[in-house]
Amino acid sequence: MLNLEVAGIYLRNPIILASGFLGISQAIFERIYDEGAGAVVSKSISRYPMEGYRNPTIVVLENKSYINAVGLSNPGCEAFSEEIKTNDKVPLIVSLVGSDPSDFEIMTRKLDGSGIIGFEINLSCPHVQKLGLEVGDDPQMVKSIVETTKSNTTKPVFVKVGVGSTNILDISQAALNAGADGITAINTIRAMKISIDNFNPILSNKVGGLSGPSIKPIAIRCVYELWKKFKVPIFGCGGVSNWEDAVEFMIAGATSFQVGTAIGFGGMSVFNSISNGIVKYMERKGYQSVKELIGRSHKY
Amino acid sequence: MVDHTNTDIIRSVQIEKVIVETPSIRTIIFEDKYSVASMPGQFLMVWIPEVEELPMSVGIENLGSHKFGAVTVRKYGPGSTALYYKKGGERIGIRGPYGNYFSIPKNLRNALIIGGGTGLVPLVRLFGDLLNYHVNTTLIMGSRTKSEVLFEHKAQKILTDNKHNGNVAFSTDDGTYGDKGSTVDLAESILLSKKFEMLYTCGPELMMKGVQKLGERFSIPVEASLERYMKCAIGICGSCCINDRLVCHDGTIFDSNRLRQLTEFGVSYRDKSGRLSYFIPQR
Repeated sequence: MLNLEVAGIYLRNPIILASGFLGISQAIFERIYDEGAGAVVSKSISRYPMEGYRNPTIVVLENKSYINAVGLSNPGCEAFSEEIKTNDKVPLIVSLVGSDPSDFEIMTRKLDGSGIIGFEINLSCPHVQKLGLEVGDDPQMVKSIVETTKSNTTKPVFVKVGVGSTNILDISQAALNAGADGITAINTIRAMKISIDNFNPILSNKVGGLSGPSIKPIAIRCVYELWKKFKVPIFGCGGVSNWEDAVEFMIAGATSFQVGTAIGFGGMSVFNSISNGIVKYMERKGYQSVKELIGRSHKY
Repeated sequence: MVDHTNTDIIRSVQIEKVIVETPSIRTIIFEDKYSVASMPGQFLMVWIPEVEELPMSVGIENLGSHKFGAVTVRKYGPGSTALYYKKGGERIGIRGPYGNYFSIPKNLRNALIIGGGTGLVPLVRLFGDLLNYHVNTTLIMGSRTKSEVLFEHKAQKILTDNKHNGNVAFSTDDGTYGDKGSTVDLAESILLSKKFEMLYTCGPELMMKGVQKLGERFSIPVEASLERYMKCAIGICGSCCINDRLVCHDGTIFDSNRLRQLTEFGVSYRDKSGRLSYFIPQR
């Protein structure tokens, strides 16, 4: 009922762990899969290890949303390929971050032979200079990065876009023209939290990325516009907290959706509770396959 | 209106008092009802504005008849040193308490606590709780040297209040106070002469690994409070993972059954980038 195919990848369900959450260890990947996720996206991996920013790197807001500026901490592609070398169980998508095509060439070659099902290019991290969104706002750079990545793998390549200074449709167009198999939308949105007692921004980087229910309506709009224009596989991402949010993303046009922030409030059992909720919803509506939900709102 | 019941949201607290514990350790005391309601082994995320945010075991201090929250810090890195030098009247941010806490099984009669350095912070609290529950408890307090013995006055006060069933033993690396050598060696000699049904430990990981081995050898359950590099404290970032467990969310206390499954316990930890590093360098 929940199984489906996305860009040549077969998933047991459309619920995917979003990049940036929990994703550096094979043992944790296996636990998340056992908890019911259909696939897992790793933290963004860079060519060399990155320690990230000093704490505080995450600040909790009142409405079950977070602002984070972790700073893309990750073990680097060498250590990460060692980490996942035994993976034969988890449908794993590796998120990649870099500043130019050569980074992506080296990383794709290093990781392509590992037990992974695809790549997601992070063009939208909003809080690290020369990486992520600064790259993703340059359509020409997006094109060469996607072309380089695609020419070094036969696996599907998704491009994660964000709300930056360039229109999300223009960046997605550039990525799809260059051969991307799908779009992940959206990343976190630049945001701040300032202490009224101490007068200073709480995050060590001052500015971070907003995630959770606060950004869901924006993410829904982006997914809706992307589906309307391109009809390509889309991973919806941004504030999926429960099965209702998940259904909303799918009828907006998401082929699958990614869950992150909600884990901080509901724990890892959120994967199963979303599955169960969607199944009951489909039974009530009389649907046979979750694929029937995709883009359904566009009829109106 | 801010939701003051959501303990994940940083709350600003004013430092009431600072107590000098040893030449390198101080206790920072502040008003916080959530800290006062915490259990031994739980921790706070402590924000030192413009410097760091650190996980710290949460304590309770009595000033007069009023209970306050407290953290005990050893100056070490930039964050802990900045916190160490904070003065009364200054403000810090806290969130939490987070994590599970040491369990006290029903019908427990004899317990042995093995702590080293600032690992004693939750254990001295636990010592008091165990004695209040009428559990015969021996507390081993380990430190590098006599001047760094932490919380002796607290342990002595607990003993004074519970004369019948408590014992405290000391060990120092240099032999300047109590037994010379490790807390694990002292624990071993105590275990050879007396029966215990529970071992509790917190401190350097290789010391706790030694306690786990004693637990296996003497067939006694162990609870150990683990430490890993931590960012979020709410189970989402994965920085503090040990095998498939998250120290912030599944721990920090793990029992013998779980410790047996944690092949990284006493062997390796992840650095800030997430790479595995080893307690004892690998060949």
